Amino acid sequence: MNNFGYKQASNIDDAVTLVAASEKTSFIAGGTNLIDLWKYNITNPAELIDINHLNELSNIEQLENGGLRLGAGVKNADTAYHPIVEQKYPLLSKAILAGASAQIRNMATNGGNLLQRTRCYYFYDPEVPCNKRNPGSGCPAKDGYNRMHAILGTSEQCIAVFPSDMCVALAALDAVVNVSGPEGARSIPFKEFHRLPGDRPDLDNNLKKNELITSIDLPEKGFEGNYSYLKLRDRHSYAFALVSVATTFTLDGSIISDARIALGGVAHQPWRSFEAEQFLEGKTASEENFALAADLILKGAKGFGDNDFKIKLAKKAIIRNCLMALRPETQLPGAQPAA
Amino acid sequence: MDLNKTVGKPISRLEGKLKVTGAAKYAAEYQADNLLHGYVVNSPVTKGKIINIDISGAMAIPGVIQVLSHENRPKLAWFDLQYTDMDAPPGTVFKPLHDENILYNGQPIALVVAEDFETARYASTQIRFEFEEKNFQTSLDQNIGEARAAKKGFATALKPPPPPPTGDFDEAFANAAVKVEAEFHHGTEHHNPIELFATTTVYEGPGKLTIYDKTQGTINNQLYVANIFGLRYKNVRVLAPFVGGAFGSGLRPQYQLFLCVMAALHLERNVRVVLDRKQMFSFSHRPPAIQTLRFASDINGRLTALGHRVLAETSNFEDYTEPTASWSHRLYPAPNTLFEQKVVPLDVYTPMDMRAPGGSTALHAIECTMDELSYKLKIDPLELRLINYSDMDPSSKKPYTSKALRACYLEAAERFGWDKRSPEPASMTRGNKLVGYGMATGIWDAFQFPARVEAMITSDGKLVLNNATTDIGTGTLTVMTQIAADELGLSIEEVDFQYGDSKKPFSMFQGGSAITSSTGVAIVIAAKALRKKLLKKAGEIPHSPFHKIAEEEVFFAAGQLCLKSDPGIFITLKDIIAFNNGRPIKTTNMGKPHMLKLRKYSLATHSASFVEVEVDKDLGVVTVTRAVTAVAAGKIINPKTAKSQILGSMVWGISKALHEETIMDTNLGKYINTNLGEYHIPVHADIGELDVIFAEEQDELINEIGTKGVGEIGLVGMPAAISNAIFHATGKRIYKLPIHFDELIG
Repeated sequence: MNNFGYKQASNIDDAVTLVAASEKTSFIAGGTNLIDLWKYNITNPAELIDINHLNELSNIEQLENGGLRLGAGVKNADTAYHPIVEQKYPLLSKAILAGASAQIRNMATNGGNLLQRTRCYYFYDPEVPCNKRNPGSGCPAKDGYNRMHAILGTSEQCIAVFPSDMCVALAALDAVVNVSGPEGARSIPFKEFHRLPGDRPDLDNNLKKNELITSIDLPEKGFEGNYSYLKLRDRHSYAFALVSVATTFTLDGSIISDARIALGGVAHQPWRSFEAEQFLEGKTASEENFALAADLILKGAKGFGDNDFKIKLAKKAIIRNCLMALRPETQLPGAQPAA
Repeated sequence: MDLNKTVGKPISRLEGKLKVTGAAKYAAEYQADNLLHGYVVNSPVTKGKIINIDISGAMAIPGVIQVLSHENRPKLAWFDLQYTDMDAPPGTVFKPLHDENILYNGQPIALVVAEDFETARYASTQIRFEFEEKNFQTSLDQNIGEARAAKKGFATALKPPPPPPTGDFDEAFANAAVKVEAEFHHGTEHHNPIELFATTTVYEGPGKLTIYDKTQGTINNQLYVANIFGLRYKNVRVLAPFVGGAFGSGLRPQYQLFLCVMAALHLERNVRVVLDRKQMFSFSHRPPAIQTLRFASDINGRLTALGHRVLAETSNFEDYTEPTASWSHRLYPAPNTLFEQKVVPLDVYTPMDMRAPGGSTALHAIECTMDELSYKLKIDPLELRLINYSDMDPSSKKPYTSKALRACYLEAAERFGWDKRSPEPASMTRGNKLVGYGMATGIWDAFQFPARVEAMITSDGKLVLNNATTDIGTGTLTVMTQIAADELGLSIEEVDFQYGDSKKPFSMFQGGSAITSSTGVAIVIAAKALRKKLLKKAGEIPHSPFHKIAEEEVFFAAGQLCLKSDPGIFITLKDIIAFNNGRPIKTTNMGKPHMLKLRKYSLATHSASFVEVEVDKDLGVVTVTRAVTAVAAGKIINPKTAKSQILGSMVWGISKALHEETIMDTNLGKYINTNLGEYHIPVHADIGELDVIFAEEQDELINEIGTKGVGEIGLVGMPAAISNAIFHATGKRIYKLPIHFDELIG
């Protein structure tokens, strides 16, 4: 770790000004990913702009339109256990609690969760090529060990996955990301926040330079009736998803009037198929229809050897999670498959 | 149970409070004046040469003292022999910073020494190396054509090659009524104790060092350091009073010790070197292995042929082998056997003993093959073991000093509820889950090493014992204190067992589940000599009632020497020492195995593990919901610390079966999941209900205290029991470890 400067921002505008004042600055909030990357010599900020103490980022507040605003600086744990989140947006609560460990959730912030980097082994090793870390150097994952890697939306350059659980729920809930930057404030629909690798795998998202996430807005509709988060991984806690699924339904009897299905662990961003969701709308909530929707979601999925299983697994996971969403009470801690 | 005795009582570990309050100091926590900090630079290249090193960028950073590499290191011992250690396999010992050659990825190639750790770590990123890279081979699967017999050497005595064939295996297997042939693949595992490898070297003056080191053998590392750096043994003191786990990784001196000592001597300063977690993957490991098993039986399930062939990785400079191939014949009689074991040299660091080396790899394959055979025979898996049960060791044709394996099978089966198992695979369900029951046998060696113990009674009537052994977290301090307390009729509080120091009388490194029997026996022998001295001294007191009294006529209790015929006549140990002018009465004695007597016997601990798993019928997700392991390991000195050993081993078994593997990217020639986020070991959510039974096993033959050691024996049966339970749940036989849930997707 290099020596570095440290400044505490006094408000959002000050934070943006400070971070834009020189190159190689970095915001720091929980630091649960930044410090790892720094120790591994993957990032080397010259100066940290501390945003931990900004009151403007630290609240969870109800919006006039009936939605909920999650401050970017609120800890993941405080968000998951917030009474309104637990009652109205239980999918989000479950997804957050399926991620990381209690200690990490106590430190990690909502804004930071959106900005975590991939856990690709090769990205984390500065001694080997990686197009995301060192553009143009190559991708050893494609011919290497790619058990954790993407099956959807990959590019020649990169097959990394975005690792968040929280964001899979936010994608399903159609959240909106509010940011402030040198050119002012703007709002980004969640589906446009993260990006696919394409030929710029070094870019994880569509934040502009020196922009700061200030909050995340949840729409009024919380899907507290029918929802489920399922996370499949190599151990029952403290492991990233190989495949995860967030599902919500609005049901009219047994007919689906609104369906949301987002996948984690399969792509460079939380994956949603609007085609599949539209297919389900107006249909009976049945295993057969869930299977057909799964096929639509996974259309074009492609494995790279060690991760071929994800295609088969994702289909079964989608079907199971849709069934679990019909009976949300069956969900288990850690987003394990229901008994 | 004698109420005055402490042996057999579940005493909590004596150093527990120090550990949980953070008061226990580990190797990286000792302070020394003006301490310098070293950070190791590891090779990013798998094979080749260092052409050039430019340290100017690192040296320009304020606080950097020195960068040591093969170019500027001090002159060192020349001959390989002087680098050797008690656990070195045959070959050429790896010598850090010896020359420009790179033998494996992660090899230490420089040490940055700075005023603080962060400066040293940062400076390590500012050194520019030029390498000449060569082609490398790191894939076991792709190099099985290179398999050959391991070289023989000093270590072969403890790790013998498999015995010669018996009968006519090929003929018997070809014509057998029932047979199974299966190939098993095991991945690489790294020990990953939570305490990082670390050394703090205190420079006491020219040629004199006090070294706080993470090790399983203080004397082993003392000799290693003294030999390499040309120091007098008495001037090198290695201390390891607390060790945060090691699991075999501390049986050999690790490179941070070498580099730390070299820097301290060169700079004449106090130096500390701590590895980081990534660097914990840059030395020894359990080797990946490919095993081919061919077992055959008659139609009644009686085994007729046992074949076991092992190919395992080693490095290109040492031939490490772990005895793997012949374990089946120590359990099951068969007239025809063929055991083969070969090494495949690759461009990796030399593998090394890791918890139940050989045994845990072998027993998984053996007990899965037995399970498969049981389904072919339509005989209950437990019944098949009982049909082939042997009271003697079939491989040596010698009786065991004791063997309560049958009791292990029966007691564990009953506790588990094995009789509720429905024999057909995939026939038991619970909601979305398939339920499976599996069982397996475990066997492990009962080792004993020579050990010396100094025992003395001090002026306050307390017993002080000295021995160089470590306590790697197993409860050694506690059990030694218990053994000693009973020998002198003292309470736990009146015994002070001092250890973890190379200055103290001899102990081998702490491995193979051997230390309770090794140091424990030496304590018993020293205590006997001490009792004799105390009685003699008591008899010298004028008008002493103990004058000319024989040993058989007295006993020691409550800090007193008493007459058996009239316990009212006694003298306190304190008074005996007072009569000795306050000078301690002491003795130093050696305990060692009774080689001549024991040559007629086979020595082993045994276990039986029963496991229940749930497997999601669609998604394949596996949960070990409960497990029972029964262990026969002679006398259990402390049922609490012994149970903890077995519980830890059972968790390790879950880990080996379902989680743990270091992934080698054979294109890059390096391990890629080198952190505890991606190198998976079980978390609480992965561990169901675990139950431990100690079967009654009295062993009058094995040694003075009847112990066999409890550590590894809790692990060996678990991976197969889990694999067998998964087969029973799903009907899918997975021939590799770890088993990933996606292989079980419905």
